[in-house]
Amino acid sequence: MNTSKKLPMSRNTLLTLGAAVIGLVLLFVFDELFDRFTMQIFKLCAINIILALSLNLINGFTGLFSLGHAGFMAVGAYTCAILTMSPEQKEVNYVIQPIVPWLANVQFPFLPALLIGGLLAGLIGWLLGVISLRLRDDYLAIATLGFSEIIRVILTNAMTFTNGSLGLKGLARFTTMWWAWGSAILTTLFLVLLIKSSYGRAFKSIRDNEIAAESMGINVFGMKVLSFTISSFLAGIAGGLLAHYLTTIDPKQFIFLKTFDILLIVVLGGVGSITGSVVAAIVVTISMEALRFLDGPLNLGFMVTSGVPGLRMVFFSALLMVVVIYRQQGLMGKAEFSWDALSRIGLLPRRKSKSEKGGR
Amino acid sequence: MLSIKNLSVHYGGIHALRGISLDVPAGKIVTLIGANGAGKSTTLNAIIGLVKADSGSVSWNGQDIYGGQTKAIVESGIVLVPEGRRVFPNLSVDENLTLGAYARNDRAEIEADRERVFGLFPRLKERHKQKAGTFSGGEQQMLAVGRALMSKPKVLMMDEPSLGLAPIFVGMIFDIIRQINSIGVTVLLVEQNAKVALSVADTGYVMETGTISFSGSGQELLADDRVRRAYLGES
Repeated sequence: MNTSKKLPMSRNTLLTLGAAVIGLVLLFVFDELFDRFTMQIFKLCAINIILALSLNLINGFTGLFSLGHAGFMAVGAYTCAILTMSPEQKEVNYVIQPIVPWLANVQFPFLPALLIGGLLAGLIGWLLGVISLRLRDDYLAIATLGFSEIIRVILTNAMTFTNGSLGLKGLARFTTMWWAWGSAILTTLFLVLLIKSSYGRAFKSIRDNEIAAESMGINVFGMKVLSFTISSFLAGIAGGLLAHYLTTIDPKQFIFLKTFDILLIVVLGGVGSITGSVVAAIVVTISMEALRFLDGPLNLGFMVTSGVPGLRMVFFSALLMVVVIYRQQGLMGKAEFSWDALSRIGLLPRRKSKSEKGGR
Repeated sequence: MLSIKNLSVHYGGIHALRGISLDVPAGKIVTLIGANGAGKSTTLNAIIGLVKADSGSVSWNGQDIYGGQTKAIVESGIVLVPEGRRVFPNLSVDENLTLGAYARNDRAEIEADRERVFGLFPRLKERHKQKAGTFSGGEQQMLAVGRALMSKPKVLMMDEPSLGLAPIFVGMIFDIIRQINSIGVTVLLVEQNAKVALSVADTGYVMETGTISFSGSGQELLADDRVRRAYLGES
């Protein structure tokens, strides 16, 4: 009895360890094998995973429809970028108005700058949460959407901090594949543990039924603010990574459409599924590049178009419509990846103990 | 003893509770009956702190809990099974029960209580991994009661446990209420189904438009002409 219970456990652990080793080896192989352009897309996958997961935490697991993600990313990106720039770079960048003196000579290594960016985004998320989380549904969506636009307008106008609409250029290329994927894997692990913890259960219970959650003694408002703060922190981290991945940022990158790009990933993957977000982030990021030919001249057989910029986004719009009509729950619904699920659908040999029990 | 004095609640301009007073003695079953909108649910929600009262006091064993946070009230042993069941539909039975014990930290005790709940409701044990949203109304009500028991209540408040249930489940739920009461849990029950509620209750209070019009023992009220006419549909 005891051994039969222990054995499948160790099989799953072995499979997980095996997958981790294979994943690590693959990262090494990719790093060697791929050209620089492919590597860039591969890194972007990782950043999008962090963004999708953080948006899913608040939208999918806590049930709060928030559209402020671009704002938090912007806070993280700008904070991190300003902190890592050398004094000389700052002098070159801030041509119209010089940067405020107390920031002019500040320079941090990447990690502390990234963390400070995340923390500042988290702090602003906490503030916004305390103010706006009394709202729900569409009202919250509008309030957070407005917030992200406010951030963008501030970034455009606070010349002495952000260099305004000129943006910041020539940032160091800190976001190597290890930084990007390391952060993505850490975020995924953190979220898996968070969702399995009593905090995660509290988040999900709030999503399912707020009044029942409250009458269980859950501090609903506090939990919402916590979820919002964690989500903003992660968005800030992703923003910092993005800044040092693109090496140039300006306020226009962080318009609300950026939030919808991430929302697309979350909805396609499954609102409330970590696995779904990870898979969809990779698939969407790669197809955004793979479908780039749609933007160029196309030979359709009967006619040749001269190239319609943005046509590939039409593909995603159509895909989103199909998903919303035929599979509202997205790729994964609220389900998560597990080895047992794989054996249930026949991709792995069934466990002995399971078939003996005659499972349903 | 749970004691409510002069409790008054406004919803905007609507005076939902006009200063009601009632006592729930320890170890007894007390029921509030009355028509729709009489303020029965509001009373329960005000006791647990989901609705803020304008004035009045709620005390539990002599200790004032009025105006407290729901979390603190639940920790003190007063728990509500909200109206319309309100289980967490996307969570499994196990997760629902674990959330019932949210205010507790004693892990071993929680597991023992989980087994106790499964003993009370074998059907929940059979389906402990299933999502609560896939359950029938009666099964969801079982889960809602089981979830409330997981918080180790001293007072269990139930809002319309028979609402929308098949007659067979109504009987079952009331059997369970008696069982729960027999192990020493005080029960405060709000019901539209006055007949069943009064037959299990030690004391009944009749509510009308935010006030308590009269009270008595369950048997007395069952025999009372006013109750018979207004709530039992007899003439």
